[in-house]
Amino acid sequence: MTESVPPVLSDIREGFHELSGNDRLTFLLEFANELPDLPARYADHPELLERVEECQSPVFIFVEVDADARVQVFATAPREAPTTRGFASILVQGLSSCSVEEVLSTPDDFPSTLGLTELISPLRVRGMSGMLARIKRQVRERALVVPPSE
Amino acid sequence: MTVTFDNSEHFAAYAHPESLVTGAWLEANLSTPGLVVIESDEDVLLYETGHIPGAVKVDWHTELNDAIVRDYLDGEAFARLMSAKGISRDDTLVFYGDKSNWWATYALWVFKLFGHADVRILDGGRDKWIADGRPVTTDVTPRAESQYPAVERDDSTLRAFLADTRAHIGKPMIDVRSPEEYSGERTHMPSYPEEGALRGGHIPGAANVPWARAVNEDGTFKSRDQLEDLYLRDAGLTPGDDIIAYCRIGERSSHSWFVLTYLLGFDGVRNYDGSWTEWGSAVRVPIVKGVTPTGNAA
Repeated sequence: MTESVPPVLSDIREGFHELSGNDRLTFLLEFANELPDLPARYADHPELLERVEECQSPVFIFVEVDADARVQVFATAPREAPTTRGFASILVQGLSSCSVEEVLSTPDDFPSTLGLTELISPLRVRGMSGMLARIKRQVRERALVVPPSE
Repeated sequence: MTVTFDNSEHFAAYAHPESLVTGAWLEANLSTPGLVVIESDEDVLLYETGHIPGAVKVDWHTELNDAIVRDYLDGEAFARLMSAKGISRDDTLVFYGDKSNWWATYALWVFKLFGHADVRILDGGRDKWIADGRPVTTDVTPRAESQYPAVERDDSTLRAFLADTRAHIGKPMIDVRSPEEYSGERTHMPSYPEEGALRGGHIPGAANVPWARAVNEDGTFKSRDQLEDLYLRDAGLTPGDDIIAYCRIGERSSHSWFVLTYLLGFDGVRNYDGSWTEWGSAVRVPIVKGVTPTGNAA
């Protein structure tokens, strides 16, 4: 599968690249504030959500794939973890309504291309990589796509 | 210039009660000259969402670490950082942060490597301060630049490297990670990206005392009696022991280092900051798996 960044995710990345230094952090904080609450069907059923173990903060994700192979991503993370919320929010905004193919073609190293690594450290960016990996795996499971061989 | 201590009864039983302050004391002392409040969090953006008025942010990932080598700043760089933040060598520093002060104790430990004299922890940290309804602000108070001297970092007293830790096998060691990390079962999670270490388990002889057992629900430290039960009775430490504490990258073990040093009065505690991300990937270092210090064979 050819790697390519879905359009909304690509726009978000450009948004980060247009800013410098602390403004990038402020931009990430805006995403954190924009993370929507879970719809009731998940808010009332936490067992459906998958914990992202790569993040030290409790962040949970869930992916839906509809009959037209469109993806919806849901995520929840505590207010006390704005960086994690920001990452989750970027992926929710950037991948929701994408096709299965678009999500799966997103490069695994997308998080490290946002220009945040030096500002917030590689270790923290790795948490976002964990989220993306889990989103892609859930999309594969729900869409019954055979995973690429290693 | 010494800022008075918080003489709360609550801290009196600890070995070094002067190393803790309550929220009430801190709120009353926020404008005391010579006192600087430092917030250090796991989350790099948390300070921006609101902090104690006047508090200075110190981020361990991006500010206390060297950008290239896996090490801390050297004395010159630390002096530049402190001067830019308006911190002076004789200031009293009160650290606080999220997650029951993990990162606050971590930052405090790094400051101690540079020998900063008067460092204290806000008992209960950020969460308790907010839960108690004390003031927070998103305004950043500008501070005049200071002249912090370049002091050589002392890596021999409070810090242990891999070789030191290896030589320490057979002497008291505390693994402060979760029981699953200690036993080694956490490397067996199929299809999940595993971060950090190539092997699972613990250093032979290390007792498992997860760091969070030292704190109450509200993030404050447990009483001296409770801590003695945990570390002396259960983990088998004896007063006077030389101890090495470790975790995954040295942050949780800074918390235990603080408890052992300042609350229980052990003088010879070193933090192995390489911790499991180094040990668990190093070639031919001894590792045991299982729930006992000596591993499954016990």
